[in-house]
Amino acid sequence: MKKKFLSVSLCAALAASLFVGCGSGGGAATSTETVETSGELTWRIGGIGPITGGAAQYGQGVMNAIQIAVDEINEAGGINGYKISYNFQDDEADSQKSVNAYNTLKDWGMQILEGTVTSGACAAVSAETYNDRIFQLTPSASSTSVTEGHDNTFQICFSDPNQGTVSADYIADNGLGTKIGIIYDSSDPYSSGVYQNFAKEAANVGLEIVATEAFTSDNKTDFSTQLQKCKAAGADLLFLPFYYQEGSVVLKQAHDMAYEPIMFGVDGFDGLLGVKDFDVSLAEGVYLLTPFAADATDDATKNFVSKYEEQFGGTPNQFAADAYDGVYILKEALEATGLTPEASNEEICEALIEAIQNVNYDGLTGEAMTWNEKGEVSKSPKAVIIENGGYVSVE
Amino acid sequence: MKKLNGSTKKLISSIAVIVVLYIVMSTMQATGNLSSLMSGLLVPVCAYALVAIGLNLCVGYLGELSLGHAGFMCVGAFTSAFFSKTFQNEIPDVPRFILALIIGTFFAALFGFLIAIPVLRLSGDYLAIVTLAFGEIIKNVINVLYVGRDANGFHFSLKDMMSLNMDFDGVVLVNGAQGITGTPRQSTFTISVLLLILALIVTHNFVNSRTGRAVKAIRDNQIAAETVGLPITKYKLTAFTISAAIAGVGGVLYAHNINSLTATTNNFGYNMSIMILVYVVLGGIGNFSGSVVATVVLTMLPEMLRGLSTYRMLIYSIVLIGLMLFNWAPGILKFREEHGLTTKQLLDKFKKKKEVQ
Amino acid sequence: MGFLTYLINGLSLGSVYALIALGYTMVYGIAKMLNFAHGDVIMLGAYLVFMCMSSAGMPAVVSIVIAIACCTAIGIIIEKIAYKPLRRATNLAVLITAIGVSYFLQNMALMIFGSNPVSFTSVVSWPGLSLAGGQLKITGNAIVTIITCLIVMFGLMWFVKNTKPGQAMRAVSEDKDAATLMGINVNATISLTFAIGSGLAAIAGALLCSSYPSLNPYTGSMPGIKAFTAAVFGGIGSIPGALIGGLLLGIIEILAKAYISSQLADAIVFAVLIIVLLVKPTGILGKQIKEKV
Repeated sequence: MKKKFLSVSLCAALAASLFVGCGSGGGAATSTETVETSGELTWRIGGIGPITGGAAQYGQGVMNAIQIAVDEINEAGGINGYKISYNFQDDEADSQKSVNAYNTLKDWGMQILEGTVTSGACAAVSAETYNDRIFQLTPSASSTSVTEGHDNTFQICFSDPNQGTVSADYIADNGLGTKIGIIYDSSDPYSSGVYQNFAKEAANVGLEIVATEAFTSDNKTDFSTQLQKCKAAGADLLFLPFYYQEGSVVLKQAHDMAYEPIMFGVDGFDGLLGVKDFDVSLAEGVYLLTPFAADATDDATKNFVSKYEEQFGGTPNQFAADAYDGVYILKEALEATGLTPEASNEEICEALIEAIQNVNYDGLTGEAMTWNEKGEVSKSPKAVIIENGGYVSVE
Repeated sequence: MKKLNGSTKKLISSIAVIVVLYIVMSTMQATGNLSSLMSGLLVPVCAYALVAIGLNLCVGYLGELSLGHAGFMCVGAFTSAFFSKTFQNEIPDVPRFILALIIGTFFAALFGFLIAIPVLRLSGDYLAIVTLAFGEIIKNVINVLYVGRDANGFHFSLKDMMSLNMDFDGVVLVNGAQGITGTPRQSTFTISVLLLILALIVTHNFVNSRTGRAVKAIRDNQIAAETVGLPITKYKLTAFTISAAIAGVGGVLYAHNINSLTATTNNFGYNMSIMILVYVVLGGIGNFSGSVVATVVLTMLPEMLRGLSTYRMLIYSIVLIGLMLFNWAPGILKFREEHGLTTKQLLDKFKKKKEVQ
Repeated sequence: MGFLTYLINGLSLGSVYALIALGYTMVYGIAKMLNFAHGDVIMLGAYLVFMCMSSAGMPAVVSIVIAIACCTAIGIIIEKIAYKPLRRATNLAVLITAIGVSYFLQNMALMIFGSNPVSFTSVVSWPGLSLAGGQLKITGNAIVTIITCLIVMFGLMWFVKNTKPGQAMRAVSEDKDAATLMGINVNATISLTFAIGSGLAAIAGALLCSSYPSLNPYTGSMPGIKAFTAAVFGGIGSIPGALIGGLLLGIIEILAKAYISSQLADAIVFAVLIIVLLVKPTGILGKQIKEKV
């Protein structure tokens, strides 16, 4: 009998919680919000990414970097004379939770979305922003499913096809390797997306792929077998389209088994040198595609990196740099439109779609970045090589 | 007979509460008073609640712990989304969604049935681990499954997109880890609530039917049930298959509410299975309405805590532990009883107050 | 030669699983609960060792001892707060609480240590053996892990068999009520089990991250699930079963990757597990308990 009442009373609790939800959903300030919204008119920029869960390191970098950029812009007087309010929501890298986060931001009054961080979640959210006509700029979701059919979604990072193709061309043009081994994460949209485009282009440019091995997010502690198989197949170059966390383990295990092919990572490898206690000598000679180097000496990068280290600790990675650029790109585009925050979301969205295609932006992650109507950025991936614990451009 | 009436009454009151909530929510939504977050959560909550009802049938009445129900949800989601996407331009919306629902439910039931044949020979934690294993196998296979379609028909591959060998005009329908993108969004709150009520009625009728009573008898004492000549395997299979089918319905709703369907550990892996189990245990084992309520509360909770930013999941875990201790710890239950703090006592007080008024 | 290399890789992976599985099986055997938070205690242990070695510059052995002490304390605290109040409740309730504890530990670690992965410096400085003219390499980590595994297994078996607290553990695992009647302090015995299990987790954490050196707040969860699988594989509750289950799981995983398909390795491992359990429903060394009417 007790259970009956339990359920009924829980129902009451549910009803209560629903109304609480309605109340707090209306526009409560969250801890990540920058500017008090009491009456003052501001640009409301939202961000979405994983700040808890296995992909937290990427989302937190983006969250922190946007914060830095927003603070800088607000200090300098804002955009078109209006300051920015910023609100970042967690999605745990899950599509459904990402949509929840998006809806939370919508309730908050978001006008422009800078997010989301991961490809799978971003594809789910970009369908929503498309329907709601909210402009979306993603710092790091590189899959084409993010931008396909959505005229309001733009990318700051290179797209998957772009990275895969450029990598294959670069390897072929420079004769880095003749027998290619590939290890990729078959459970990750980003990794398998880059892999497929690489393999397609490799066939076109005549690279011989001798081994294609996979791992999954549930099985990413041990790469010895995949490496062993590549070694046995005689691969003299390993193409590694995944993130630096797994990358550091692959390099260590390859070293342990005395297998020393040329390692070629893509943009996910950026951050490798920032892994605490990582033996950077293992990364010596690794090629990767990155638009950003935390140890670059130009003023903009130095300013960003020192602010990041001071406020949040740790070295910012490319995700963070893309996100930082994103805010300034939005600023430039918004200034071109001359709009004020009084404009409706749809007005802002349509105006920005026009404006961003005329933007030519020099940022931390590339020079003279422009966008086409498909939402792709023009910056071409640049290969760098790690030498003496630092990045050296090879072009 | 009297007891049966009690449970039927309870079912009716649960349905009444759901209908009232439905009317309230729909009105608020129609008048624009419902926040986007809440309206966005309506369908997923119903989907999770369906899976929880399915799992509760398995845990509460069959008495077997399954850690693989997210797998059935996954099967329901992917088969139905695949169907809807494939025939997006060939079948009109309404019949297509009905067919998708049937297909998703059927395949979830089929997988449930096929898996149950070997699995139900085991018991206890061994059964739990085998269901977990099946769930993981389903997820792993879907992650490397590529399906495309061109003029020559369908192409399948378990390797990558290139080995589909399609013509240039071919469309990739299931793209491995990138899953299915662009499923038509057809799950509405009305459909979800109707399915939820239907599931409550089906489970209620099932547990009170001849088969359901037999299943309970098997749960309470298998050997005794065997000696009176009950065909154990048949009953167990029936219950498990129904349980999987209901989870599949949840999957169909989930898939038709989101643009990008991928199979990850968090939405269709063991993490999700465990999450659903949490709903079931917190809502009361064997209590279907309780599962619905617990699902609603626990899905809302992390969303309510969004204001806490990075502390969100930390607080959530503490609340979860607290709730478990509050509802299950014998010591605390005794304390609550002594101080008039059990749910029943509180509810009685509440009722009296109402009467006075 | 290829096969031998894979076999050795499998053994080293399996020995890590086995070490974690020993902790699982120990707690399960006595307290009859699946401690889903075990994997996360392992992660904490690894972080403690990392902090001691990297930040405080202590030698590996001292770091591990400190980590064992801390993890034991953490294990006892978790048990007191989260599990003990549920001693007489249904097993499922404890399981769910364990999941809550697991979330708690992960998010706590995320707060304290941050989300960025760190590279774990191996606690074993010995590079290992090189056989057959350098074609066959066995890393020092693998050898140390396997030896540790054996020591822990025999140690536990001896402890459970020959010491007073060990005998109490066996009594509690057979029948809690009868054990109480015999004057055994059931609560203290279960707490002790948790303490030992958590101490083992610290060792497992150090060795897991020595072999697979990337550490973040979620490092423990997947090896935890795998080790749980291994423990069931070997017959949960059986100490030698955990070792055998762990080693077999590691070897099967590596061989599946090597000879069948690395894309489908997870599916193959779980499929083998299912087949084994269908043939031997209580695992390789599990006890067949006949239910009486």
